[in-house]
Amino acid sequence: MTSPRAVALTVIFTIVLLGSGIGFYAGRRRTMSLEQWTVGGRAFGTFLMWLLMAGEIYTAFSFLGVSGWAYSRGGPVLYVLAFMILGNVVAFFILPPIWDLGCRYGLQTLPDFFQMRYGSRKLAALTAIIGIAFMIPYLELQVTGLGIIMEVSSFGGIGRTQAMVIGTVLMAGFLLASGVRAVAWVSVLKDFLMIVAVVSIGIWVPHHYFGGTGRMFSTLERVHPGHLTMPGATANLGHVWFISTVLLSAFGGCMWPHIFGASFTAKSGDILRRNAIVLPVYAISLGLLFIAGFAALLVVPGLKNGDLSLLTVVRQAFPPWMLGLIGGAGALTAMVPAAVLLLSASTLFAKNLWRPTFAPAMSDDQVARLAKRTVVALGLISLYFAVYSSSTLVSLLLLGYAGVTQFFPGIVLGLFWKRITTAGIFSGLVVGVAGTAALLLTGRDPLAGCNAGFLALCANFAVAVLVSLLSPASSARLAQNLPVGISADS
Amino acid sequence: MKRPPLATIFFALIPFAAVCFSVQLWDRVHPILLGLPFNLFWLLSWTVLTPICLGIAYYRMKSANPPGSASDPEEPRA
Repeated sequence: MTSPRAVALTVIFTIVLLGSGIGFYAGRRRTMSLEQWTVGGRAFGTFLMWLLMAGEIYTAFSFLGVSGWAYSRGGPVLYVLAFMILGNVVAFFILPPIWDLGCRYGLQTLPDFFQMRYGSRKLAALTAIIGIAFMIPYLELQVTGLGIIMEVSSFGGIGRTQAMVIGTVLMAGFLLASGVRAVAWVSVLKDFLMIVAVVSIGIWVPHHYFGGTGRMFSTLERVHPGHLTMPGATANLGHVWFISTVLLSAFGGCMWPHIFGASFTAKSGDILRRNAIVLPVYAISLGLLFIAGFAALLVVPGLKNGDLSLLTVVRQAFPPWMLGLIGGAGALTAMVPAAVLLLSASTLFAKNLWRPTFAPAMSDDQVARLAKRTVVALGLISLYFAVYSSSTLVSLLLLGYAGVTQFFPGIVLGLFWKRITTAGIFSGLVVGVAGTAALLLTGRDPLAGCNAGFLALCANFAVAVLVSLLSPASSARLAQNLPVGISADS
Repeated sequence: MKRPPLATIFFALIPFAAVCFSVQLWDRVHPILLGLPFNLFWLLSWTVLTPICLGIAYYRMKSANPPGSASDPEEPRA
């Protein structure tokens, strides 16, 4: 007789090692220049691109957090589904022109875009600092999620800290070897397993315990009236909060430096547009995670930490090998996005902060080497944060989204409005980020029922437009940097 | 950048109206459809309806701006 723990552990480790192996193999026989490492030589076709973008939908947050929110908050969790649909509508319009400029000017990162569009080294460095600062909590969340997933699904066989160390080492390893290609190819395995896991959880659990979702939801509505609609189990997450948060997150989706950077891997801008058309379908499986979280509220009520609800209900309803499979899928789900975040944050640091500020003479190869050393350093930093974790992870994530969305005016006005000036974008960005930090860190979110980050974004927009109109129109030097379309069109 | 044609923007705004601004109209439990509370059913339907809207938007964009024309820099050949 093998113990359930041994079975689950074996399955988890097989999956994690298989995934890492694919990652190492992905970059074989390619020389890892900076451009190859960060944007895959701009040669990703529809399939790889779809994998890379879809891979970003399932993070440890969607796996643990979404079911956790359904469990502990109820109705407000629907915002996740709405913003994932609308984020693609936004991407449909802004990613192709960004890709186009990226190709023309050799851009690899989000600060590269600001440098090219506004011709200001200070502004580019500021965006790099903001980007890194807001990616670290997101990275920490993935590492912590990884620890929770492996600990619970191995019946405590691997300690949380051990799991986090193993996962981070493997991830940094395949990232250093293969760069962004590793990420896309590990996504193949990860997304396949995730779909198997999510479909079996979302369909089997309600069927097993209630004889179907219809009966489950009727029971839920009777036992916890109002849980399924907004504000659910919360006091202040009502419809105004929903609209403002959906808008903020939909605009913010492409503003994460790692998503922005990932778009440069595409072979053409049209691939990104077609990708954005079909990606909303992928969000269906999130609905299954909602169902799992709602089911858990009835099956395993009273958990203090809602984030554990999914795995707890899975541990009750499935045999150990299936738990192992779900745990392994979950582990990859944390490792893949964490790898993209690490890659992106390190490139930002080496290319957009260190080189322009301290060592302008560095060659691209030296930047690539520095970025790889930064991967190790940032991996250790997030591991440290995750091990000595605070209880404010969720608030840090919300801070992250509210923070990166502040790039939105600079990008959209930069693409579509000729009159925008560097001073305008600089002051808007400072107001937006300072406002976000002030409101969220002092616990003023939501403010008067509205998402505080959204209010900061509105202030950011207003300041950017006003200051631009008041400051002198930028000189010819900037106009030369303008994408051809802007000057030709209007 | 060339601004997209109006029809394209219109079709892309439909999902925004449907899943965001109209939340008050569909955020309820009943009727339970296909075993799902109405609000969840509504949002899940839009995971399929949104690609249709964007598909039409894409088609309008292409016919307003056919590949190979000077104003479409993404398709240099064709």
